[in-house]
Amino acid sequence: MSTPQQTPQPSTDVSQQARDAWATAISSPAPPDATLDHPPGTATPRLSCIALEKSYRKGELIIPVLRGVDLELEQGEFLSVVGQSGSGKSTLLHVLGLLDAPDVGEVHCDGRRIDNLKERQRDTLRNRNFGFIFQSYHLLPEFTLLENVLSPLAIRHSTLSWWRHRKAFREQAREIIDKVGLGHRVKHRPSELSGGEMQRAAIARALIGQPRVLLADEPTGNLDSSTSQEIMSLLASLNELQQLTIIMVTHDERIACHAHRSVRLDEGRLETVRQAA
Amino acid sequence: MYKLQICLRYLRTRWIAMASIISVMLGVATMIVVNSVMAGFATEMRERIHGILADIVIETHTLDGDPDAARRMQEIMEVAGDYVEAMTATVEVYGMISFKYRGQVITRPVTLIGIDPKTKGEVSPLVTNLASFTSGRRMGLALQDDAVEGCLVEGVLPGSSAHTAGIHAGDRITRCNGSPVEDTKDLASRLKNSIDRKTIELEIVRDQRTLALNLPVPSPSWTLTTEARSHRRMLVELERRRLEWNQPQQVVPASGSQPIPQTPQPTPQPIPPNLDAPPAFPPETLAPPPEIDLSPAVPPSARSLDAFDSPPSHPGEPFELADPADPLPAKIFIGAGLIEFPIEDKETGEIRIERMVLAGEDVRITTVSAGRPPEPRHFTATVVDVFKSGMSEYDSNLVFCNIEQLQQTRGMIDPSTGDRAVTSIQVKLKNFEDADVVVKRLRAAFPAHIYSVRTWQQKQGPLLAAVELETGILNILLFLIIAVAGFGILAIFYMIVVEKTRDIGILKALGASRQGIMSIFLGYGLALGVVGSGVGVLLGLTFVYYINEIEKGITWLLGRKVFDETIYYFPEIPTAVSPMMVSCVALGAVLIAVLASILPARRAATLRPVQALRYE
Repeated sequence: MSTPQQTPQPSTDVSQQARDAWATAISSPAPPDATLDHPPGTATPRLSCIALEKSYRKGELIIPVLRGVDLELEQGEFLSVVGQSGSGKSTLLHVLGLLDAPDVGEVHCDGRRIDNLKERQRDTLRNRNFGFIFQSYHLLPEFTLLENVLSPLAIRHSTLSWWRHRKAFREQAREIIDKVGLGHRVKHRPSELSGGEMQRAAIARALIGQPRVLLADEPTGNLDSSTSQEIMSLLASLNELQQLTIIMVTHDERIACHAHRSVRLDEGRLETVRQAA
Repeated sequence: MYKLQICLRYLRTRWIAMASIISVMLGVATMIVVNSVMAGFATEMRERIHGILADIVIETHTLDGDPDAARRMQEIMEVAGDYVEAMTATVEVYGMISFKYRGQVITRPVTLIGIDPKTKGEVSPLVTNLASFTSGRRMGLALQDDAVEGCLVEGVLPGSSAHTAGIHAGDRITRCNGSPVEDTKDLASRLKNSIDRKTIELEIVRDQRTLALNLPVPSPSWTLTTEARSHRRMLVELERRRLEWNQPQQVVPASGSQPIPQTPQPTPQPIPPNLDAPPAFPPETLAPPPEIDLSPAVPPSARSLDAFDSPPSHPGEPFELADPADPLPAKIFIGAGLIEFPIEDKETGEIRIERMVLAGEDVRITTVSAGRPPEPRHFTATVVDVFKSGMSEYDSNLVFCNIEQLQQTRGMIDPSTGDRAVTSIQVKLKNFEDADVVVKRLRAAFPAHIYSVRTWQQKQGPLLAAVELETGILNILLFLIIAVAGFGILAIFYMIVVEKTRDIGILKALGASRQGIMSIFLGYGLALGVVGSGVGVLLGLTFVYYINEIEKGITWLLGRKVFDETIYYFPEIPTAVSPMMVSCVALGAVLIAVLASILPARRAATLRPVQALRYE
């Protein structure tokens, strides 16, 4: 696409670095221009879950969706989760992204358990560490593309600090929008964009907060095959050039093959389909 | 930050939000308008009551009164002299008034108040209620509606205050006391409302030039206006001619042994209509004579000078009238409601006011004597003026009489000492805020078993309380309008929350907190409330400010008068805007809007992100 963002700086003191990152991520709001540095994921996995169980209740009926899922995601890894619809892929993604709570099991990020955090902390964590991409884009219809892309930063910052740094933020957003190839549509509303453009906008929105993990839920589900290919190559290049950790849920094997590693969710359990090369 | 952004964006793009804003706005505007008008009416009414009464009234329980008024007033000065600005002694007693109208004798119950016009005028505005003042006659002005605008001055009485002020015949009065004047009716209302003024400011147009003139407000007095005098003179003349016609032998000097009872002053030679003291301006323009001698239904005797064939009521005190136009020793101001009624013209359908008694005519008054047992007493009095305060309770009940006459008739003058008894003393304070202190002191000084000391508010307590109750109930009802608007907001907000469920999910996925989502919708409610009540306040105040123009517009539209100033005797709809009331209404509306948004906001905040995202 265009110039890559800065690559993570390797650090010697891993645990210290991770602790610092936590401090900025959870407790204090980080200065907006301070980039979160990405500690190398060799020692601890970026994102992992242990023995996840989750079931839905439909009246009297209890439908188990996840029955003990273990997963580890390394820094810079591109993982795809495949499975039939209704197999619980989206639920797994929601639990990993703290949108939903597991019945049993733990979710860890950078070696620290995150699923039992307080709601407020989970919200902050979601804002800073995770970027979401959805099948139906989920852009805010009242806002322009630029405003949509800026929304994670708007949520992160107080009104005062937003006003103080709004120019820098806008610059940042434009840069990312350029990167996803929508520089000419900054002022447009979602209803004026095509499906592919909306998904690119959603990716730009997911990237602006400089997340550690990108969680993509059927990112190409509503797109035709050529647009799907474009989106997938965009994701792949982001992964490659920026060492962005991506976990993607899809039912399409052809899409899944863009990932380094592919796992299948079947009957609530994971099985490896393809190992990283 | 996003909260503010989203609030504003929702406000801008949701047309349904306009519905909430409009409902809040209308509620607020209605409350402000109704409250202002009601407060205006209440203030006006209080002023009128206050105008007839005084700040503090000290009354004796008995109608016989306090035998020594002068001493009592001296005591008041001793007790509370620092606070008192003016005092007047009055005699209040029930009585009846009888007069002839179209051949029948009409008798009505009245409250007779014996006053000294000079001191009474100092205590409360009396002159502004008199018809001769509001018509301009008391200042020596003869007015009529001008075809263009304002009042045309037809004539000015030489030597009158208007003449001294420099008003000429042919001038047009266009403004009075700073307000524009359209016709004589308008001017009358303006003059009536010049309470507490020492001078009347008039703006007149003479030869295309505008002049500002000041007329002193006259003090009330028992003198007849020139108009009333010529009317009275004409009645005397008519009566004399009638007698001449019916009993020609009586004018023959040979039968002079028999007195002529009907005429107050037997005049042997026929008097030309304007022999003595010629009127300043021709009577046919200034004082068109009433149609008494034209209508066959009304025989001339119906309006005979002496209403009842009886000699002057005080045989012990003989009096001589130098001029037949001079009033009798007993003089009254009569309430307009007692002597007038509306009558519909059968041909044009217009409603006009018929006056049964005109100034200058005589009426019969019956009352009771002081002492045990009370005995009926009656006397004949000349109507000097007609007063109209605008309070129908007063206008259809009160007759002001000269206090000396009433005291004499009722036997309230001690023959040995000459002390005159009064039933009440009215006190005007320098500052009405001291009323409670003064009442307390006076109550301590005057024994409660003889006197009651009350402020005018206490005396009119039930009426004022009724008005207050009415205002209160109306306010509750009106506030319900805003409450209805609140429920509208609740419903609309629920709708918006449902409609925006997906957006809420997105915001949560992006890291918005529960409090953040909640504050979006609370802020939205607040914004609706603030915008709605802000616009409502503006609308309401504008409406109040232009209420008379709006009234005129509606009158023009309907072709019927909405606010008839002849009924209320206000020059225009009175309004009183209190900043306290406006801010209470505005704040209340904002509060209701926020309260109504709490429930939907809670619902939005507790939505689980996964649920919200699934919502398509």
